[in-house]
Amino acid sequence: MSDNQLLEIIDKYLNGEMTKEERARFEILRNENAEINSKVAEHKHFTGLIKQYGERLELEKRLNAIHSEIDVHALEEELMIHPSWIVQLWRNHHSKISVAASIAIFAALCTLFFTGYLNNRETNYVKLSREVANIKKTINSRGPNLNPHPKIDNPGNFRGTGFAISSNGYIITDNHVIKDADSVYVQSIDGKSYKAKVVYSEPQTDIAVLLITDPSFKSLGAIPYSFKKTESDMGENVFTIGYPSDKMVLGPGFLTANAGYQNDTTAYQVSILLNPGNSGGPLLDNKGDLIGVIDAKQTRMEGAGFAVKSTCLLKTIQDIPADSLKKPLTINYKNALASLNRVQQIKKLQNYVFMVKVYNQ
Amino acid sequence: MSKESNSGIPTDSEVILGILNNSESVLKRLYVAYFPMVLQLVINNNGDGDDAKDIYQEAIIILYNKVKTGDFELSSKLKTYIYSVCRRLWLKRLSQIHRYGGDIKDFEEYLSVDDETEKNNERDIQFNKMGDALKLLGEPCKTIIEDFYINNRSMQEICESFGYTNADNAKTQKYKCLQRLKKLFFQQK
Repeated sequence: MSDNQLLEIIDKYLNGEMTKEERARFEILRNENAEINSKVAEHKHFTGLIKQYGERLELEKRLNAIHSEIDVHALEEELMIHPSWIVQLWRNHHSKISVAASIAIFAALCTLFFTGYLNNRETNYVKLSREVANIKKTINSRGPNLNPHPKIDNPGNFRGTGFAISSNGYIITDNHVIKDADSVYVQSIDGKSYKAKVVYSEPQTDIAVLLITDPSFKSLGAIPYSFKKTESDMGENVFTIGYPSDKMVLGPGFLTANAGYQNDTTAYQVSILLNPGNSGGPLLDNKGDLIGVIDAKQTRMEGAGFAVKSTCLLKTIQDIPADSLKKPLTINYKNALASLNRVQQIKKLQNYVFMVKVYNQ
Repeated sequence: MSKESNSGIPTDSEVILGILNNSESVLKRLYVAYFPMVLQLVINNNGDGDDAKDIYQEAIIILYNKVKTGDFELSSKLKTYIYSVCRRLWLKRLSQIHRYGGDIKDFEEYLSVDDETEKNNERDIQFNKMGDALKLLGEPCKTIIEDFYINNRSMQEICESFGYTNADNAKTQKYKCLQRLKKLFFQQK
């Protein structure tokens, strides 16, 4: 029996075209002959594959026919979730957008960095009270016996400058100097320390009014400078004296702008070398008129300091509630310094300018 | 109750019976019923209508084969099953064409159907191999084989349509064709 004939018989067998007898005979043959048996299995498998192929092809044809009847386009329109165009834009182009955004941010940062904008401006502005907590100084040079005021030994946690506005002991300083104070002392040029208390403070203008309450305090005598009621002009020669260190220091300079930090119209900008400790010092013009109170300086700009205007100061003084004033507060408008030169002016002034020492925990 | 709707969504058991009986109308109703669901899945996940068609037909074929071979057990709703298979197929396709963004927007609940699609993959390969082999076989062999093994025509009919003088010649021809087809089929990688 040739392969050809055998295959034909197998085909017949698989297709069920054999008679009962033939079939029985072939099955016996198949059982006896392993070779034929495996041929049958092999052929069955292969023709199965051909049939599967055919069925699948046919099924696909049927499915395609069904599919062609469906209006896919209309369905798509209906089923597509239409996100807002911005979301769609993002979906389609998010990588490009991300890259562009990164570049933009980077460029902006670079620009800001190179123009110096990034350095925090607020930090450029420092209040000028001087922190001396860590500067433990023993002031023994005078000798304890000579000094009737032992409090001088304690330098205080903070320090600023203050100046008298009346002979009976009212002193102006900056609010930030005496803020959070447990106790306040003022020290005069001759080294005497007096206990003072805060009568009034105004964080907005940064002005504080102290009153010397120490029993050992005696009248200061007439205040030599007057308070200027009008604004001063740019370019005017001005000076301050104060306690940036342990001794009184003169700070000469010019009035450089009619507005303060960030265009604050209640302040002047001055070109004076200021240091921590100058806060609360008087700002005077050539004639010895008091035109402002030293307040702060800008760190990034050398020599740019700020002072609260005297007009603002006067207004603040007027605002003090009458109840707060233990003693009458009379403002001096008579100027005793106008005809003097700077050296003589300062000699007179220095008795009215105090170091303000603040103690807190 | 299954008779009540001759259009509209067929019940799950109707579908199974319909496939077993080669019912054209059930197949059509099945196809029409769930295509929108799959279309929605695909077009809202970076695909288009043609992608949806491919995926859906593949899923239907999987279901069809499974039912035909008798190892289909409906453990969930047929809708869920079809959706799950399509979802799996589409994820696979997406990662093949590198369009898979890492997440897929779902519209139905789904099951894990990994092995179903794997099995189908095997079938797909053999289907493609057979298609290629038949194409290479050429005429008249291709038609003889198709007529005999696929369309179940008798040797007598084939003999007549090809104008062979006697059936033996046709049989010899068929034998040769089959041998060649086998060779072509198994040669392929």
